[in-house]
Amino acid sequence: MNVDETDLPGLGRRKDFMTASGRRIGVVELREGQTELIVSTWDDPDTCQASIPLTGDEAATLGNLLGGQHLAMKLAEEHREIPGIVTRQFSIAPGSPFQDQPMGKACIRTRCGVSIVAIMREGEVLPSPGPDVVLHPGDLLIAVGTQEGLDTAADILRNG
Amino acid sequence: MDPLALTLIELGAVVFCLGLLARLAGRIGMSPIPLYLVGGLAFGAGGIVELEGMKEFAHLSGEIGVILLLLMLGLEYTAAELFTGLRKSWQAGVLDLVLNFIPGAGLALLLGWGPVGAMVMGGVTYISSSGIAAKVITDLGRIGNRETPVVLSILVFEDLAMAVYLPILTATLAGVSFLGGLTTVAISLAVVTVVLMVALRHGHRVSQAVHSENSEVFLLNLLGLALLVAGIASALQVSAAVGAFMLGIAISGATAHSATRILEPLRDLFAALFFVAFGLNTDPSSIPPVLGWALVLAVITAATKMLTGIWAAKRAGIARPGRFRAGAALIARGEFSIVIAGLAVASGAVPDELAALATAYVLLMAIIGPLAARYVEPVLKAFVRPVRVPAQA
Repeated sequence: MNVDETDLPGLGRRKDFMTASGRRIGVVELREGQTELIVSTWDDPDTCQASIPLTGDEAATLGNLLGGQHLAMKLAEEHREIPGIVTRQFSIAPGSPFQDQPMGKACIRTRCGVSIVAIMREGEVLPSPGPDVVLHPGDLLIAVGTQEGLDTAADILRNG
Repeated sequence: MDPLALTLIELGAVVFCLGLLARLAGRIGMSPIPLYLVGGLAFGAGGIVELEGMKEFAHLSGEIGVILLLLMLGLEYTAAELFTGLRKSWQAGVLDLVLNFIPGAGLALLLGWGPVGAMVMGGVTYISSSGIAAKVITDLGRIGNRETPVVLSILVFEDLAMAVYLPILTATLAGVSFLGGLTTVAISLAVVTVVLMVALRHGHRVSQAVHSENSEVFLLNLLGLALLVAGIASALQVSAAVGAFMLGIAISGATAHSATRILEPLRDLFAALFFVAFGLNTDPSSIPPVLGWALVLAVITAATKMLTGIWAAKRAGIARPGRFRAGAALIARGEFSIVIAGLAVASGAVPDELAALATAYVLLMAIIGPLAARYVEPVLKAFVRPVRVPAQA
């Protein structure tokens, strides 16, 4: 993927690319540190239909959602041969009982046979995280297991 | 009444009125600059009430306002950005200079104000208001647009051109001989080059020297240094404003960001007083006779800025609506046109009508500019059928 980087003297820097559907999408990183998500209009890729200011947390969460979806789709593709195995994403909401706790404390694999195969954090992937990895709010866990197991895991992560 | 009490009352009333005007400008979404100018006109010679007591203070504040305006302009750009801007957009910058300097200079010659007047009016019509342009781009959500870097790099070029133009103007206004003028220009060009090189290589050291975690220390360091540099530059006849601009460029990185934050309120206050001080010295009754010329100049130079933007955006591969948006964003003139006119008026080397014409012109352009930027697209859509076929999904 070819991402264009353009300097905006006095304002910041724009990073964007053209989607297959003909829209330009990207971010503007402003001098003061804010990030804006930009999406062009459908009839004029030079202009912006929306420029949405995002806080650091929001930008990281959006990155996780997009990256996580991609990862989950890939995993689902690989597991299609094995019946009964499902991939699901769980996000650690602020105020979750396991926020700032090592992941091992949730004992997800022991309690419901579900494996956390990756964590998406601030747009980065942590593959095969160990039990010592500390969970942060905004983290997106990619979990693989049976349907029932995943339901239980969701409940554990939400309510402890 | 005690003169001090009178000065305080006048100053307080003026600043309070400026606050009201700024609020009104914010409410209707326009730049406060024209309202400040009108405020100055109302309180000055021949206005509704003539305020004598605060004239001296207003004058000095105006000078400080110019220094702060230029210092903050320098802070906005790093030396590296200036260089890339210059390299990438010098053709557009030169076209901008030629197209927009000539109308002002030509009218000045036509009105018999001589080469000095032409030099001044050319500068007044050339320089776009980067303050208004940046605000328009932000307010209209165009930061992510593709034509925005084109507009910004033209503004960068203009600001660099100012660094060369202001010393030349100062020398011309001081009436130095041709040889003396050449020396000043040579000195200023050398200073500009040296400062840019130093800023590029050792900008972080300059930043370190003024930086302090304590905001009070930082503010005093920064302001003291700016006034010192401006004063020395002025003594060398290189123009105080350019000294401040160069200092701003030399300060970079995180220091520049915190400097901008810390100076902003001061700049707002002193720049407002600068516009008032300029208005104070202009007799409102001198404006109606030049209003016709101001209108002519406004129409011509709106068109020439439009052409500049269209040409530059077209070169950058931008489609038609974007070209017009780029042109319209450049139309506004404001603070720097008044800085130039103010220098000229203070030197006494130009006729009073020039101040009146510059005032009327900036009043018009500061209002027309943002309106043009906002409405160019709907107007264009109403008149031109869209050519572009939407991309297929």
